[in-house]
Amino acid sequence: MISSLIFSILLLAAGIFFTINVKKIRRNILIGRDVELPRNNGERFKTMMLVAFGQQKMFARPVPALLHLFLYAAFIITQIELIEIVVDGITGSHRVFRPSIHGFYTFIVSFIEILSVLAFIGTIAFLARRNLLKVPRLVKRELNGWPKLDANLILIGELTLICCIFMMNGADEVLYRRNLSHAANLGDGSLGFSISGHIGPLLFGGLSDNGLHLVERIGWWGHILMVLGFLNYLPYSKHLHIVLGFPNTYFSNLHKKGKFATLESVTDVVAPNFDPAYVPKTDPNHHQRFGVKDVQDLTWKNLLDAYTCTECGRCTSACPQNITGKKLSPRKIMMDTRDRLEEVGKNMDANKGTFVDDGKSLFDYISNEELWACNTCNACVQECPVNIDPLAIIMDMRRFLVMEQSQAPNELNLMFSNTENNGAPWQFSPSDRANWSKEI
Amino acid sequence: MTPIIVKTMSEMMAAGETPEILFWVGCSGSFDDRAKKITKAIVRILDHVKIKFAILGTEESCTGDPAKRAGNEFLFQMQAMQNINVMNGYGVKKIVTGCPHCFNTIKNEYPSLGGNYEIVHHTQLVQELIDQGKLKVEGGAFKGKKIVFHDPCYLGRGNDIYEAPREVVQKLDVELSEMKRSRAKGLCCGAGGAQMFKESEPGNKEVNVERAEEALALNPDVIAVGCPFCNTMMTDGVKHFNKEDKTKVLDVAEMIASAIDL
Repeated sequence: MISSLIFSILLLAAGIFFTINVKKIRRNILIGRDVELPRNNGERFKTMMLVAFGQQKMFARPVPALLHLFLYAAFIITQIELIEIVVDGITGSHRVFRPSIHGFYTFIVSFIEILSVLAFIGTIAFLARRNLLKVPRLVKRELNGWPKLDANLILIGELTLICCIFMMNGADEVLYRRNLSHAANLGDGSLGFSISGHIGPLLFGGLSDNGLHLVERIGWWGHILMVLGFLNYLPYSKHLHIVLGFPNTYFSNLHKKGKFATLESVTDVVAPNFDPAYVPKTDPNHHQRFGVKDVQDLTWKNLLDAYTCTECGRCTSACPQNITGKKLSPRKIMMDTRDRLEEVGKNMDANKGTFVDDGKSLFDYISNEELWACNTCNACVQECPVNIDPLAIIMDMRRFLVMEQSQAPNELNLMFSNTENNGAPWQFSPSDRANWSKEI
Repeated sequence: MTPIIVKTMSEMMAAGETPEILFWVGCSGSFDDRAKKITKAIVRILDHVKIKFAILGTEESCTGDPAKRAGNEFLFQMQAMQNINVMNGYGVKKIVTGCPHCFNTIKNEYPSLGGNYEIVHHTQLVQELIDQGKLKVEGGAFKGKKIVFHDPCYLGRGNDIYEAPREVVQKLDVELSEMKRSRAKGLCCGAGGAQMFKESEPGNKEVNVERAEEALALNPDVIAVGCPFCNTMMTDGVKHFNKEDKTKVLDVAEMIASAIDL
């Protein structure tokens, strides 16, 4: 009775706290400019099913993809078990679904247990890759401090969660055999789960009845507390991709990657020179900044990208400039965007919902040196397993530097003036353009 | 070799003729001495298969690609609209180009500014000509040679064209080997994003050196490219390792033209 009450209060509190944070994230994402994406819902759904649900792009690197698949599958399937835990928690029942769907129940829990073992192996491997093997992309400098701790906390949390599942099921198996489990006795002598049916008696067989009940309860409560804790840790962590990976791939760029956005605000200035009858596409009374200075100038999709990033660093490890030791790291571009966005969000929280100028911008996070290094080669975009586009942000920040600040490197200014005067990026006379055709 | 007369759109128009296709030469192909050889190879192929083509000549101007990637959208759109005005004036419908940057810009970024054309990269056109039996290609000097193809970013990842250049090269009876980073995983040559026109940022290596090293590790006779900028970068990279005597950097068009003795 008391435990049902405590459980219900915890569940409610966790739900409310999570909802508040989700609303904040939603508000932060919608700080971004509106952008109309081509509708094409069928193709969007297909992309989401392939890339997010089907993990398509992960399999470009088969080993981590397989390990990740273990965690992903375990996570998805465990949600089924969670339904029972919640019902049991609220009503005080124990394994409430088992009597009615006996065989299927055994199958599902057994399946979860097998996936949990695989996920356990995956998690250990991931911890090793980060902390022992020091896979280059997982120990880059932008991960120093909080990002590294964040990643390790999540992995340790997952290990704890899996241990709790086996404590819960393992101890319950021994109790069931002793006819002491709170689960309804179906006269079958064993709960019959694939893993805990064997390791339960091995690990806990020597415990007293009271000890078993204690281990079972620690496992049960530990499991649900980890789940609720993880749920509420999500908004603070880099782990939102487990949810946002789906909308983010749904709203993927469906154009060819080589196609960069056309700025309509610029067209409105340029087009009348060529077509006097041109009708402006943007509101002339609302000056829109050319390019991006701060997160408010980015689109909501850019900001959704930032929240979706799980800092895996595949982008950075494929970046030609990063590979050759330059400062540019596409992952850092995404991390910086999110950090600045959260700073702006906190500013709004502190000022009754409106942003009060703090004298800062995205340029306090991302340096010109990083921006000018980019090859616009799309390797980062290609690599991202959840279709994040760091290049779009880099391009828009370059636009701000050039069109609002006139801060391009000198050599590029020279290229601009050559293009403007000679119709070529080099200093050649336009009248010599077809000279080659006389030499053939 | 009989000289080939390359006509401009305005000359064709004055003579009351309409070309089948416009050859968009690009700045590199027009002015850069190395790239001009690629331009001439493309012209020889077009002439060989008797496609009626024309160039814009002095009416062609930079597509605006480097300006756009460097963040100067104003200059890009000025260039784009000027070129679109010229091409629409001539009623241009189909274009071939030897430069993936020009190709990408005209294909993807001109339509929203009023320029709608069917454009192909020269390797696509060559593949089409071979498939249609209009161009007969045999190995010639390249038979049995070891070739590595370097994917240009704006042809490959930018527009998902990976096979056309490879299929064309393979018609030369070569041994085509692949770098680990190829196709969608191809590593940039280091020129894109307007890097061609500036010094690189501080680091521990140049991108073209990294890429050339990867290609040279396969010990090829030829590094085949499909972009004049990649050509420059890879040529410099090969020189960096003093391997220019062993390994040539050639455009796919040059290989075809040379194989059929054009």
